[in-house]
Amino acid sequence: MSTLSTARRGSTRSYSAIPGQSGGSPWWRSVKFVVLLACVAVVAIPFLTVLSTSLADTAQINRTGGFVLWPDHPTLDSYRALLGGGLVSRAMLVSIGVTLVGTLVSLSASISLAYGLSRPGTFGHKPILLLLVFSLLFVPGLIPSYLVVKQLGLINSYWSLILPTAVNAFNVIVLRSFFTGLPGELIDAARIDGASEWRILTRIVLPLSKASVAVIGLFYAVSYWNAFFNALIYINQSVKWPLQLVLQTYVVNNAAIGQGQTADPAAALPPTVALQAAILVLSIVPIIAVYPFLQKHLTKGVMIGAVKG
Amino acid sequence: MTAVDRPALRPDPRERPRESARPASPRHRDKALFWFAVPGTVVLLLFQYVPLLGNVIAFQDYQPFTGIMHSRWSGFDNFKILFDGDPAFLHALVNTLELTLIQVVFVFPLPILLALLLNSLVSERIKRIVQNVLYLPHFLSWVVVVAIFQQMLGNGGLLNVFLQAHEWGTWNIIGNPDLFKELLTSQVIWKDTGWATILFLAALTRIDTDLYEASAVDGAGRLRQTWHVTLPALRGLVVLLLILRLGDALSVGFEQIVLQQTGLDKNTTEVLDTYVYNNGLVAGQWGVSAAVGLVKGLVGVALVLGANKIAHLLGEEGIYRK
Repeated sequence: MSTLSTARRGSTRSYSAIPGQSGGSPWWRSVKFVVLLACVAVVAIPFLTVLSTSLADTAQINRTGGFVLWPDHPTLDSYRALLGGGLVSRAMLVSIGVTLVGTLVSLSASISLAYGLSRPGTFGHKPILLLLVFSLLFVPGLIPSYLVVKQLGLINSYWSLILPTAVNAFNVIVLRSFFTGLPGELIDAARIDGASEWRILTRIVLPLSKASVAVIGLFYAVSYWNAFFNALIYINQSVKWPLQLVLQTYVVNNAAIGQGQTADPAAALPPTVALQAAILVLSIVPIIAVYPFLQKHLTKGVMIGAVKG
Repeated sequence: MTAVDRPALRPDPRERPRESARPASPRHRDKALFWFAVPGTVVLLLFQYVPLLGNVIAFQDYQPFTGIMHSRWSGFDNFKILFDGDPAFLHALVNTLELTLIQVVFVFPLPILLALLLNSLVSERIKRIVQNVLYLPHFLSWVVVVAIFQQMLGNGGLLNVFLQAHEWGTWNIIGNPDLFKELLTSQVIWKDTGWATILFLAALTRIDTDLYEASAVDGAGRLRQTWHVTLPALRGLVVLLLILRLGDALSVGFEQIVLQQTGLDKNTTEVLDTYVYNNGLVAGQWGVSAAVGLVKGLVGVALVLGANKIAHLLGEEGIYRK
């Protein structure tokens, strides 16, 4: 990361020395400003609207007829109605659980696979690597994949949300290329000192690759949190739904959020728009929370992937 | 010959503790590393390669209750249904190709333009802020993106609330079959244009600044510099990404479309992936759907390999070196 950003900074400095690369005429500069501002607004405004609507009170929503750009009297009623129990809280727990367990399973399997393939000449190294690379090219069809999961008895099991996507070949390739790039002398030295492979992995390789392991872990976590289609086809019982499926049912398909789905069956519910907005916010918040960490390392991760993949 | 060398030639089992103090033999190391690779490989075999074999049901009259082992073989019957011109399949195929074409022509160049724009910014700070905002939608799920679009453009959404407040009537965008492809395209643009600039921005920083100086000395203005220095430098990457895109030519927006096609006419909204889903998992035509999936996969592989060949012929590197 550091080399990348210094290179970029360096190049910017030399750009400004060149006529025509200094940002352009005032006219051109204002055009650029307007275009970029429009791009940022198109992305940012929906988020702000959804957040405001989830916080707005019933009176304001009734007055505007739906969406609000800014809540006059912010209230947490919608969140209270959703999170005290009922379908949405349960779905939150399912999503959090699947994300945590899934990320742990994925990381262990991927790190160990990447490490097993990280030193050339190992027995079985070539065929396994080929299996890995070919799995990027030959994607199994939907029907056979479904049948395998069904044969394994995983329908309606949370494992159906984890195991089929547990090893992402692309992530393994990124990890492997990072492990391969570590100085071999370190590993040789550890071996001469009598360290086992397990010890080398946990004491030397992993501490040196903390950043890339963290990024890959975040990528896995985001994909588990976002997984929708596997839940749609493998999970039939609504009590086991993850949040994405709740979002589909109550926001995308606009199904009525009944009294039984919320915390207090007797209380009057906040308006549907506010509840829908609150479900949306709940499913975005974890992404926003990990985003700064992702952001910090993602360029590097993507670059390794692009170069070696 | 001397006592010092003996343990190395004839290891004594009783000397194990001291034995571990020397480097493990290559075979020992291999075995350990092999076992490290085993769990991941098993998952890969089970969920990637077993389903690949499972494609045999494309050649069967598959019945869920009889299973793969006992279902009747039907040769190419499942494929016949497709190539005899089942109208539903043809609609799905045409829609798929149309969407791919739209995405390659209209969506693909946008990140390049955006990257050029970002790259020409002098202020690093503004550049980083803009990047951070524009990357974010990539990390949202399709369900969230579709839901956000509905909240913004749907009948009770922000846009229509605004239009009604000014008594300008309403504009039905969501659930309107005439605007379905435009809607899908704008969602793809919203979600991934920012993210796709990453690779182009990285490629732009690698351009030798001497080239710009030399061209400036030769009297090239902004546009000429972009045309003769910047764009040629991006050519390899563009070719690479187009090849990869081609491999996905027959898979466009599966989740995105499944989420939004409820209640809409299948003729305008069905693509190959949703056809496989709706016919196979929903309607239970296992064999036919598996056949479509298989053909789709094979065509995808053929397209990638073919395009890569063409790239090599044109002197580009492609996805792998020759």
